[in-house]
Amino acid sequence: MAENQQPDIVEEAAPNEEHYNGDYAIVVEGLTNRFGDQAVHENLSLKVRRGEILGIVGGSGTGKSVLMRSIIGLQIPSEGHIEVLGHSITEAEPDEQIGVRSRWGVLFQGGALFSTLTVGENVEVPLRQFYPEIGDELRHEIARYKVRLSGLPEEATSKYPSELSGGMKKRAGLARALALDPELLFLDEPTAGLDPIAASAFDRRTRELTDTLGLTVFLITHDLDTLYEICDRVAVLADGQVIAVGTIPELLATDHPWIQEYFNGPRGRAAKASRKRAKAMDKQPSGKA
Amino acid sequence: MTEWASYTFEEDNADGAELALAGRLIISSVGSLDGELRNIDRPIARVDIAQVEEIDTVGAWLVWRLARDHDAEITGANDKAQRLIETVRSSASTAEIAPPRMPVFERVPEIVGLTVTGWGKGAIQLVGFFGSILVAFWGMVRQPSRFQTKALVRQIELVGVNSLGIIGLMSFLIGIVIAQQGAVQLRQFGAEIYTINLTGRITLRELGVLMTAIMVAGRSGSAFAAQIGTMKLTEEVDAMRTIGVSPIEALVIPRILAAVLMMPLLGFFSAVIGIIGGAFLADVALDIPFFTFLARIQEVVPLHDVWVGLVKAPVFGLIVGLAGCYQGMQVKSNAEEVGLRTTMAVVQAIFMVIVLDAFFAVFFTEVGWD
Ligand SMILES: Nc1ncnc2c1ncn2[C@@H]1O[C@H](COP(=O)(O)OP(=O)(O)OP(=O)(O)O)[C@@H](O)[C@H]1O
Ligand SMILES: [Mg+2]
Repeated sequence: MAENQQPDIVEEAAPNEEHYNGDYAIVVEGLTNRFGDQAVHENLSLKVRRGEILGIVGGSGTGKSVLMRSIIGLQIPSEGHIEVLGHSITEAEPDEQIGVRSRWGVLFQGGALFSTLTVGENVEVPLRQFYPEIGDELRHEIARYKVRLSGLPEEATSKYPSELSGGMKKRAGLARALALDPELLFLDEPTAGLDPIAASAFDRRTRELTDTLGLTVFLITHDLDTLYEICDRVAVLADGQVIAVGTIPELLATDHPWIQEYFNGPRGRAAKASRKRAKAMDKQPSGKA
Repeated sequence: MTEWASYTFEEDNADGAELALAGRLIISSVGSLDGELRNIDRPIARVDIAQVEEIDTVGAWLVWRLARDHDAEITGANDKAQRLIETVRSSASTAEIAPPRMPVFERVPEIVGLTVTGWGKGAIQLVGFFGSILVAFWGMVRQPSRFQTKALVRQIELVGVNSLGIIGLMSFLIGIVIAQQGAVQLRQFGAEIYTINLTGRITLRELGVLMTAIMVAGRSGSAFAAQIGTMKLTEEVDAMRTIGVSPIEALVIPRILAAVLMMPLLGFFSAVIGIIGGAFLADVALDIPFFTFLARIQEVVPLHDVWVGLVKAPVFGLIVGLAGCYQGMQVKSNAEEVGLRTTMAVVQAIFMVIVLDAFFAVFFTEVGWD
């Protein structure tokens, strides 16, 4: 254990919260969520910076999905204040909410595709809803390239959700989340159920889109490779609160037992090692495809 | 309100013009630009996007498509635009959005044909379904420990106990209507007293069971189809199979059995409440005392009327349960199908119940139970 205390990957040290004076895409303050007498969140606070990929980790059932549902306004919190892209979600007028809704895309944990529509038509739904002035032809074209962009083969465009594999459903959900070129992307376990090749392709593409479009990504994941590869910072959820936020080396420097076990368990070490190997490979100009 | 992106032609060389795009090339402001760009039929040599303030993948797509269609060169792209254009270029696709639809004159005959063959197949499948229920039932008889008592009790509660209120109310009102309308007609012959015969016989023999069957089809038959159908969609039914639980035993038999067992009780209950409704009206409007009405019922209604009702009831219950469970098990692909199958379950059940009721009416009269 002790050998791993020392962070051996040195990232560009991200500025601490106190030093950051940029814009926040999401601000959650004093959030409390209760189901009956089970409190899922207790006075939780979290700030997501604009343009970053924030990974959310935590044990199963610690309330990551519920946190996401609260932020996008599907779950009315018992207490607390939530602001997204400068608009209050908890006290928003319906009109205002619609405006914000066209600026984010959501990938649900279960995909949540519309089962009576093909993949292409699924992507067209938000386009039709928010931009009725876009002509049929352009809308079809957008749907087509979004489907490819999310990593699906061309033929999948005209398939119904019931004809897709589990991983394909995930990617179709991503295509729909990307339909409006959103500023803010919510992804609930996007790489769960993908094969390792598809998962790293997904990681690469998310990073690419974030850099090109200036996206902010709220990324719930259990995938340690994703965390190491693309997340700027990681927030750890436990006991109904965010117990730590920071880059992975910063998290490793804390001595919370759950965080230590999470990143220094066998899987955590493997992900770190593969990350190191990848970095070494990048330095050698070897002929890789 | 929205500031649309726009274009201008800059210079006219021999090899074609330069088209310059300006404004914000993003999804919310390209709606009208798209149509205009499509209608350009003069040759374009260069697409210049140096004046573009903002660009996203949709804008990049427009630029790339324009360049592709006119074989033009893209100039003035900054780093971000370059990357976006590269991204959409590598994602270009010609796939269909939806499976192609055939032209009407081919589609209509196909639908007709499929419907007709569907009836045949449906009949065979229904017989097969009924067969598998009998097999499963026989298995349970030989091995009673497999019987799902808990599920049966739960279904009896849902089908029987919980519908007492609505069926009671419906029957009471129907009893009132029969007595009132009957009395108006019979009064013309001075035969008002026969209102009692009319109410007693028609509720016990026909309407009690028939109206109950219709109500159970609407309440429980639809619930069977929707519930089993949704379980098929979420793969719960498949999960049952893999752990060795037969969906017929766990889902279908308790529901059908509950419908078969509850229908006679509900039908009789309905008839009794109908008679009480008639007696209530007679007491209030016809000067026939409430208890006199009930006492006369015993004298004027032959016992076989009760039997006629009680024989029909379980058959109707079987039809309602069978239609609901069968349609539920037929669901395969999507949420719309659950709705369609639920509708079909109710329509089929009510239709079959009414057809059989007509058959029973003729049959019982022929055998002398008139
Ligand atoms: N609608 C609900 N009603 C009651 N309890 C709920 C509801 N939704 C979630 N919960 C409870 O809230 C807790 C958090 O659930 P959540 O789905 O957010 O977990 P999670 O962190 O996303 O887990 P996983 O990593 O497994 O997806 C769980 O204990 C769950 O039982
Ligand atoms: Mg979850």
